[in-house]
Amino acid sequence: MNNSLEFPFCGSTLTARASGALWWAEARVLVVSDLHLGKSDRIARRTGAMLPPYETRETLDALASEVESLNPATVICLGDSFDDLAAVDALTDSDVMLITRLQSGRRWVWIEGNHDPGPVEFGGDHLAELSIGPLTFRHIATGEVAEISGHYHPKVRLSVRGRIISRAAFLVDDTKLLVPAFGTYTGGLCTTDPALSGLMGRGAQAILTGKTVTQLPMPRG
Amino acid sequence: MCPVMDLPAHIEDWFTAKGWAIHPHQRDMLDRASDAATLLIAPTGGGKTMAGFLPTLAELATTQRDGLHTLYVSPLKALATDIKRNLRKPVEEMGLDIRIEDRTGDTTATVKRRQRVDPPHILLTTPESLALLTSYEDAPRMFRGVQRIIIDEIHALSESKRGDQLMLALAAIQAMCPDLRRVGLSATVEDPGAIAQFLARHPDPCNILQADPGPDPDIQMLHTEEAPPWSGGGAKYAIPAVLDAVKKHKTTLIFHNTRAQAELFFHNLWLANDESLPIGIHHGSLSKEQRTRVEGAMVDGSLRAIVCTGSLDLGIDWGDVDLVIQIGAPKNVKRLVQRIGRANHRYNAPSKALLVPANRFEVVECIAALEAVKAHDLDGDGRGRGPRDVLCQHILIAACAGPFDADALYAQFTTAGAFADLTRPEFDDCLEFCATGGYALRAYDKWQRLLQRPDGQWQLRDPRAAQRIRMNIGTIQDTDTLKVRLKNRGGGKPLGEIEEGFAATLTQGDTFLIGGQIVRYEGLREMTVQVTRRADKKPKIATFMGTKFATSTQLSARILRMFRQDDWPELPPHTRQWLALQRKVSELPCENRLLIESFPHDGRAQTVVYGFAGRNAMQTLGLLLSKGMEEQGLGPIGFVATDYATLIWSLDPLTDAASLFTSEAMQNGLDSWLAGNAVMKRTFKASAVISGLIERNLPSNRKTGRQATFSSDILYDTLHKYDPDHVLMQITREEALRGLVDFGRIEDMLARVGDRIDLRVLDRVTPLAAPLFLEPGRVPVKGLAEERLLQEETERLMSTSGLDTVETKKSWRVPF
Repeated sequence: MNNSLEFPFCGSTLTARASGALWWAEARVLVVSDLHLGKSDRIARRTGAMLPPYETRETLDALASEVESLNPATVICLGDSFDDLAAVDALTDSDVMLITRLQSGRRWVWIEGNHDPGPVEFGGDHLAELSIGPLTFRHIATGEVAEISGHYHPKVRLSVRGRIISRAAFLVDDTKLLVPAFGTYTGGLCTTDPALSGLMGRGAQAILTGKTVTQLPMPRG
Repeated sequence: MCPVMDLPAHIEDWFTAKGWAIHPHQRDMLDRASDAATLLIAPTGGGKTMAGFLPTLAELATTQRDGLHTLYVSPLKALATDIKRNLRKPVEEMGLDIRIEDRTGDTTATVKRRQRVDPPHILLTTPESLALLTSYEDAPRMFRGVQRIIIDEIHALSESKRGDQLMLALAAIQAMCPDLRRVGLSATVEDPGAIAQFLARHPDPCNILQADPGPDPDIQMLHTEEAPPWSGGGAKYAIPAVLDAVKKHKTTLIFHNTRAQAELFFHNLWLANDESLPIGIHHGSLSKEQRTRVEGAMVDGSLRAIVCTGSLDLGIDWGDVDLVIQIGAPKNVKRLVQRIGRANHRYNAPSKALLVPANRFEVVECIAALEAVKAHDLDGDGRGRGPRDVLCQHILIAACAGPFDADALYAQFTTAGAFADLTRPEFDDCLEFCATGGYALRAYDKWQRLLQRPDGQWQLRDPRAAQRIRMNIGTIQDTDTLKVRLKNRGGGKPLGEIEEGFAATLTQGDTFLIGGQIVRYEGLREMTVQVTRRADKKPKIATFMGTKFATSTQLSARILRMFRQDDWPELPPHTRQWLALQRKVSELPCENRLLIESFPHDGRAQTVVYGFAGRNAMQTLGLLLSKGMEEQGLGPIGFVATDYATLIWSLDPLTDAASLFTSEAMQNGLDSWLAGNAVMKRTFKASAVISGLIERNLPSNRKTGRQATFSSDILYDTLHKYDPDHVLMQITREEALRGLVDFGRIEDMLARVGDRIDLRVLDRVTPLAAPLFLEPGRVPVKGLAEERLLQEETERLMSTSGLDTVETKKSWRVPF
């Protein structure tokens, strides 16, 4: 099974995981973006709609399984880790314990996102951005070279023989890499949307997550 | 019996001045005016609407009063507007001082506000607008003193969730106005008792008045020189004969079962329309402008024919229709009779209709339907218990209107016939769902939607939530459709809508049919499909969601009974010979046995199951049987289903049929298959929207980015994993089983045939099976798995872009 795919990026070799996580083997760094923990709580608080409140557990379980199989030295959460700062309070005790357990024995970095612009009560570093070697990690792409970011929840929609296949995707061009959303209750923005078509340079590639990790030229609008 | 109510003189005089006599059923309605519930069944053109309103006019003519007297509810906005016009005129001529207004989604906010403060005597509205009215705190004041409610086209409403919504809203109004009297107006139906039960306040009785049904219709099957084809639904072969019939009549309605068929037929009709007869098209996916134009042309008599679908089934007065043509088998005798009723609005004159079978099997179905019409043998499948997603919505509506008592609300809901046997635990589950989400994981104690006050009453936690709930009232499923517009400088003329899924299959330059024109796909812009009139390719046909009706149980049974005959002199020779040949080489299916044929063809083993359970059930049967055959190691590859049979092709032939058909095997297959099925996810989405879990409409000042919304499939998967017994999962299952999955009819079939299963092993295709090989809609078993499709597409894209540098290992396994 192609449940991961290696690709070159600005001189480093990175791995796109089927789960939507990014693995930098050389530096033992695991990157996940847009977890949106506590989203159902925020929606209930703000709109009254009460969605199945299991997405935080689902997202954390998926994260735990990546951490267990890769044993990273560093985990970077690339922003919008919490759906808002108040959503942190809604985490159950077992959610909190799981996060604490995952953090132990490794460096943990919370990059600030637009949903969670301040520090949260969890341990780990709270940073606006972070550079490791040649690579820079921040929530929203600025156009700087060798930048890895999240925020857009990129996805690719293909229609193949009358069937629509929609997958969250990594987007990569010569200078930047966009990481898909890792959270369970996260939709996606099609690469054909002007926001993404305009952002990504010529020759941009999409790497689709899912059962088979697949690379193809990024569809544009 | 002496009349309870005399007609006031100026109404009586008006009838006399017009030279009209009051119909007996109109008189009956006056006599019954004081009864709590009355159902009138009358044919089209029988003065049904006037019969409904006469008691109101009589009461208002004799008693001066302010405020609402009568509510009129119809399934169509257009019908409410139409009635306003048709009622105001006689009221003026009678010199009555009666205010008549309509209130629909099209009414302006100013008028709507004014109507709540100062309601008219007669308010004409729709189920959704009425439900919305009951959600306001001032509802008791607005409805105070209302005397009568008239529900028009109740036969149509009683078949849908819109009707369930209406009856729950009515239960709420009745609780405010205990003296409210209910009147239902219905077309001819098979089971008036069921509609009466739907209409009346349970357990009150309901009168049923049957108007003179008028003479039997003059209905025939169209005879053509050319025999119908073996399969397909286009009926293109019949176009010369249909044009001929149109020429011989003033105005013809040409009904189709699906919008796609209507488009295709209309296109072909115009290709053959040498005399340029004015012929229009009308269906629910066309833009409002297009439809209004066709309706206008129809009313002023400038059209000779309209190609249409069920969108013209309901009672707007179309003037001088003197012929109805039904293309394709009618599937359902009751609907056929109601459609035929659209021809000839003159009371007591026979309606004239032609049936046009689209293929050879439909010849048999048309003849069976003709005989059913002659025998007045109408059909229909009961709807069963009221759907609980609608119930959840009404709990929220009740909360919008103010604090409520759970006991009282439960009692109120059970006065609606469809919910009469709702148990208290079932109600409590719905209330819990509305209040806390009803999850096994108690997550929302702090953010409950409904709170119980110290005095035991329930109320909204945040009163501002009422606005959002009101915005999402309704049960109509808008499938995910995209608007189609002509591409030009000024924004472009709207043509109609196509399904999002269909739009996704289009690439620039592709052409498709909409509103009878061939248009060329240019691109997608802000969720609008832009097209031009440059049509240089054969059109793809727009695929429209619309319901694909299954042939009714009764009509299927009638066909099976026909097969028992020794010969079929009533059938045209080509069809008669076909059936005789089938009997010679194999046998004809019959009612209390299940015929299965097994023969080789195309290098595959073929299995045909003649279940006659209707398209949806036969489709489900295909899924279940292919799963069973997979377990037997027979290597099923794919299947196709029609209303009467399922054809499955496999590597090895079926030898043991009986074990596949035990009720247990079916049920097990259903349970495991259903959970992951797309039908379930689609059903879940609908129920999640209706029950208020997902909001379809948001306040416009809170626009969210596309990436903030996510698919309801994710919610389904999450619930299925963490909370499989959640009330919404139960509702989804209930809904799926009676809708698209139609498992009920498979169970009926199994009960009908028992262990009488005949497996006929033959050496070649049989006559009855042959058309199945031409049938579209083949379903591959286990997909040509999505992964494989994706891989193929990737390779194609890579090679066309010249970027085949990435080595992707082929990791799929061909299932068979």
